[in-house]
Order: sequence, then C-alpha cells, then structure tokens
Amino acid sequence: MKSLAELQAIRDRARAQVEIREGMEDHVRVLVGMATCGIAAGARPVLNAFVDEVSKRQLKNVTVTQTGCIGICQFEPVVEVVEPGKDKVTYVKMTPEKALRVVNDHLVNGNVVTEYTIGANS
Amino acid sequence: MRELSLNVMDIVQNSISAGANLITLSVCENCEEDSLVITIRDNGRGMTEEQVRRVTDPFYTTRTTRKVGLGVPLFKMEAEMTGGAFSIDSVPGKGTDVTARFVPSHVDMIPLGDINSTVKLLISCNPQIDFVFLRSLDSRSFTLDTRELREVLGKDVPLSDPEVVSWIGGFLEEQTEALNSPGSVEN
Repeated sequence: MKSLAELQAIRDRARAQVEIREGMEDHVRVLVGMATCGIAAGARPVLNAFVDEVSKRQLKNVTVTQTGCIGICQFEPVVEVVEPGKDKVTYVKMTPEKALRVVNDHLVNGNVVTEYTIGANS
Repeated sequence: MRELSLNVMDIVQNSISAGANLITLSVCENCEEDSLVITIRDNGRGMTEEQVRRVTDPFYTTRTTRKVGLGVPLFKMEAEMTGGAFSIDSVPGKGTDVTARFVPSHVDMIPLGDINSTVKLLISCNPQIDFVFLRSLDSRSFTLDTRELREVLGKDVPLSDPEVVSWIGGFLEEQTEALNSPGSVEN
C-alpha cells in the first residue's frame, strides 16, 4: 500500500534536486484547455498524457497545467505551448498520441509539430 | 459527457474560478439505496440567490468570451435524466455546494468513469489549492486529503512534483481496488 513514509522519501529526493531547478530561464508552459468544450472533446486523456510523459522524461523545465476556454471550441482539445522569447504555439484537435509526439518533437527537441497546429488545420 | 467524472472536472473549474483554496469532492455509492451522490463543496466567493437561480440556465455565464455556460446545466440534466436530483447551495463570501444524486440502475445512467484520473489531474494542475476526495461504496470508504500530504511534503516540494503525482495516482488506484473488493483488508 502507498504510505506517507513513501511520500517522505519522495520529499527528501525532491529537496535534493531543488537547487538544480531554481534559476531556470527556459521555463516552458503547456496549457491544456479544460473548459466544458475541451473536456467533452477529450481533453482529459490529453492532459494526462502530457503530465505522464513530461514526468517520465523528467523534463524539469516544463509545467503542464490547465486553462479555460479560449473561444475556439470547434478545435478542441486545444493545447498551447508557451516558451519565453518565442511565439505561442497552438495545437488543435489533440489526442494522447499526438501529445506524445509534441513532447518528443517540440518540448524535447525544439521542433514545432506544424501539422498539428491551428495554422495547418483551419 | 461520456463520464460523470468529466462533469466533475468541469464543475470543479467553477470552484477554482471562484477563488476557492479548499475543494471537497465526495462520491458516495450505495447499492441498496440504488444511489450515487456526487458533492462538490468549495470555499470560494459564492453566489447570490439570483445567480444560483440562473446558473442552471445554459444561457447564463459569468464568462465574457461566449454567451453560453453548459457545465452546470449538463450535470443537472444528467442527474435528472436518471430520476435523481440536483441542487446548489451557495452563500456569498462563504462558498458553494453542488450536489447531484443519480440512480445507477436507470437506463440513462452515465457511468462514473475514471474519477481517479480527474482527481489526480486536478491536484497536479492546481498545486496551490487543497483538495479533499472522499469515496465511499456502501460501508467502505477512503479519503485523500492534500492538506495531510502537504504536511509531509513541507514547503519546498509542491503537490505537482511528478513523483508526488504518481504517488497520488497509485494511492487512488490501490484504495479504489480495496473499495471494490469486499473481504480484503479494510482501512
């Protein structure tokens, strides 16, 4: 059974890494649209895929979070990737499979997956 | 929605938008009574009587991007569709309580779905908010209280830490399994 002792061990490991994490300028934010429209279109598995994959690859400079409706409900699930100093990238009609590719190509290797962006789909 | 757990995710967004820092979600099933009750309680800014009256109207929303707000009306419809009931209690400045009662044996019942995934994602995406998740099935139950986790983790390790998130996922999975297999050790 998962115990609080296990959680304590996680805390100790995480504390040891805190210093490395501080002072990072290249912080990337992944925003998944989770309003009624997004959720109904299947945003939860997409969000889950991002959270799991970012964690699996230990991408410490990436935060995955949720956002509301940005007004393009017909393109949901919508995911925005915000990197400092760069234009925001908006991915549309996302799936968990596409999410894995975005993590791999965009977040890890820095190549925007153009075919999933709103520009290529509207 | 395909799963009630998706509605929960949606309704909780309202609590978050209302500035809540403590959100209690309970999912209580009772086979004998043929009922499933979902309650979402927050300590956000609450609503006036007028707002409570209008919130189940699909054409009411506080949002400015669009003219419709479907979250609450959908949840209400899904509960009433099964012969259940829906209610909202709110006090301005205190918070809001949303309760939906479902009749699981009804043909129009929408499955609860992956509620654990909803809880895990809500916690990991909103590490500044405390969540209490209570799940019960007949006489068995378990609780996850992020305030307790926070106490163990201290100030410098956020609830959104990937390892913590996966601990939460594992905890929910184990507890749910125990809940669904009577006869195993209860805790």
